[in-house]
Amino acid sequence: MTPLLTTKGLSRNFGGLRAVDSVDFTLMPGEIRAVIGPNGAGKTTFVSLVSGRIQPSSGMIVFDGADITGLPAYVRVRQGIAYTFQITSVFANLTAYDNVALPVQRTLSDGRSKGAVRAGVMAALDRTGLADRAHMPAGQLSYGHQRLLEVAMGLALKPRLLILDEPTQGLADSEIDNFITLVREIAANATVLLIEHNMPVVMQLADRITVFNAGKILAEGTPEAIRENAAVQQAYLGTAP
Amino acid sequence: MHFGPHLLLAALEGLVTSAVLALTALGLSLVFGVMRVVNVAHGEFFMLGAVLAWAITTAIGGHPALGFLAALVIAPLIVGVIALVAERLVLRRLNYNPEATIVATIGMLYIIQQLALTFYGPEARPVEPPFSYRILLPWFGYSGYKLSVIAASALLLVATWLVLTRTKIGLVMRATQYDSETAQAFGIPVGRVYGGVFALGAMLAAIAAVLIVPISQAHYLMGQDPLLLSFIVVIIGGLGSLRGTVVAAVLIGLSDGIISVFFSPTLAKIIATLLVAMVLVFRPQGLFGTASR
Amino acid sequence: MSEASPAKAYGLHFGAIALLFVLSFLLPEYYHGLLARIMVLAVFAMGYNMLFGYVGLLSLGHAMFFSAGLYGAGLAVIQLGWSVPAAFAAGLCCGVVLSLVIGLLALRTSGVAFMIVTMMFAQVFYLIILYFSSWTGGDQGMVVPQPARVLAFGATSLDLTNPTVRYMSALGLFSLVLMITLVLVRSRYGRVLVAIRENEERTKMLGYDTFSNKLAAVVISGIVCAASGAAYALLFGYVGSGFASVQYSILPLLWVLLGGAATTLGPLIGTLFMYYVIDITSGYTSAYLLIVGVALILLVLFFPKGILGSMRQRWLGWLP
Repeated sequence: MTPLLTTKGLSRNFGGLRAVDSVDFTLMPGEIRAVIGPNGAGKTTFVSLVSGRIQPSSGMIVFDGADITGLPAYVRVRQGIAYTFQITSVFANLTAYDNVALPVQRTLSDGRSKGAVRAGVMAALDRTGLADRAHMPAGQLSYGHQRLLEVAMGLALKPRLLILDEPTQGLADSEIDNFITLVREIAANATVLLIEHNMPVVMQLADRITVFNAGKILAEGTPEAIRENAAVQQAYLGTAP
Repeated sequence: MHFGPHLLLAALEGLVTSAVLALTALGLSLVFGVMRVVNVAHGEFFMLGAVLAWAITTAIGGHPALGFLAALVIAPLIVGVIALVAERLVLRRLNYNPEATIVATIGMLYIIQQLALTFYGPEARPVEPPFSYRILLPWFGYSGYKLSVIAASALLLVATWLVLTRTKIGLVMRATQYDSETAQAFGIPVGRVYGGVFALGAMLAAIAAVLIVPISQAHYLMGQDPLLLSFIVVIIGGLGSLRGTVVAAVLIGLSDGIISVFFSPTLAKIIATLLVAMVLVFRPQGLFGTASR
Repeated sequence: MSEASPAKAYGLHFGAIALLFVLSFLLPEYYHGLLARIMVLAVFAMGYNMLFGYVGLLSLGHAMFFSAGLYGAGLAVIQLGWSVPAAFAAGLCCGVVLSLVIGLLALRTSGVAFMIVTMMFAQVFYLIILYFSSWTGGDQGMVVPQPARVLAFGATSLDLTNPTVRYMSALGLFSLVLMITLVLVRSRYGRVLVAIRENEERTKMLGYDTFSNKLAAVVISGIVCAASGAAYALLFGYVGSGFASVQYSILPLLWVLLGGAATTLGPLIGTLFMYYVIDITSGYTSAYLLIVGVALILLVLFFPKGILGSMRQRWLGWLP
């Protein structure tokens, strides 16, 4: 099986700081991969490079067998890489409906019928449990609902790779349970790359875990292997066990 | 006259233009640099300086130098107060939002221009120079006053530079420019700094106008060209960069005279404006500015 | 907004057009002529609003698009002797070409730089008109002769200098552009434009090429403004460099701010209101610029949403 995403020697400098330092990374189709690591380890920079929001200083990104390193972000989105923001950035002044209609109308192939947009939007809103709030301005939704709306927008892009940047941050426990179910559903037809601080969520969801530290990959493996890994414990706790 | 002396004369005239332009553009640049406000009414503060200079010299009478000196002190002060009031009443209430403040300063431009037309009238009026000594060079005589304008402007520029780099006021201004929120947290009265900078910017334009008004006359539409040229200087020099502003002013002032010799003034303006627009499109940090901050 | 109450919205717009139609038979001569002029200039404001209101791009150079239409149509009649429809088309073509070039350049910048760059390009356009004064008439301008302003259909012909024909032509253009605007802002493309205004970065991450979308908006806006300019030249018979000056870049901004940015009927309300205020005050003062200046400052300070924008916020959420 060919990998969905690989990076080779991917680096990004900010001034003198190497936020991402020659990272070689491979993601297989259908996986749920969690990326963890201490604050400032370069996780968000790494997924920003993959999604095309920032350009790498050096290195290469291959998606589905093709080199996408030089492609602008919007083209990558069209090829199936969707990114949901760490800081909620739904369109606050537009209704939830319009927020989701934006990705839906772009991915529709027939492009004409109004009914198709409506059906697509309502399907995505149903799946995230927001259907009854369709006509509320997104800025007036509760924080948890805004996070779900963000996921609904990502879903509506029909991505092959969905990048979720700290999706459970600020969610209540009950919301987190629903969220885990939702990600499992998504993973049925898409590969998921998840940056997450909440370790129980990571342990329940991830097939494999990649640990970042100081811009580099420190360890990679199954949740069990990572749990036992001494280097990881040191990076997190500052002491050897 | 031979080519050499001719060039010298053109260069001297160019330097006079540069001197006045540098002061005016510096005002615009300071306001943009510290406050991030594009002051479209800047040229009108320049015009107000000239018109007030005429009013003050006319009111005082007596020896021209007396009236001129009075104008050099009083006119910028009045303009500074007007600018301060405008800042308090309008810009501050807009939270210095860049786009809203442009619209508001366009409004100020119209108001000041119309009031000048109503109370000053459509005529162009001269102000007598404080002295009329002519310096005799081997090839031609040259107005001593024009040379003194260059000197005065250079002095003021150096003084402004010293204030900005060597004094506490300058430090406070630079801190505000760098990061107004942090400055606020460190107890810098950002609101007062903004008010002061806006007034100072307007006063620099007014001083430039008082200096130039004995050479060119006072007129209610005279603010338009300095505004455009100042924009050009500030953009070429890099938005908010003091050294770039002065270098660009000298460059533009000198080349303005020379271009006008070869092309019609309109064509010269077309070329200059187009070039500057292109600089802004392809090199927004200016020709002398450094890349992203 | 886009799904709710389309019937109300269309009803309101047809009502407004019907009202303007009826007014043609009721207004005294002076106001009849003034309203025709206002409708043509409201088209200019609508073109401006398309970019400023819906995409959030504040241009300070739209006088050049209006003048491209004005001179494109005017010069085609005066210098080349073209017929009215051909001249109107020439005006539109000038608008397309100019807005495409300006869009490609100016859209490389954003925010304040975009405002200054558009202002400078407009200034260049203005100076070019002055420079070629032997052809354009310079700041004196030129009158489009009355015999050239006739629309011929085989045997019958329409004289555009006739007040009723002129009013109906202006109303026709106004209605067409109004309906196009309404359809456009309710379309998927309109939704994308608003998304760019609200958060361009996010819109990119939904897979939209925001540059191309913005460029298309600049060109649409340019065409509409050029249509207004071309209609002005042909209906009112005057072409002058004053229309290319900075002031005519500021006026559409003022009209749109006053009527309400990102409202379909706001540009008409703003233009109408501003002309009305100037008309009333002209009895007391000739200081027309003073009113413009004060209005601009009061608007940005106290009514940044304008007349219709404030109404939409308070009472009429369905207003397009």
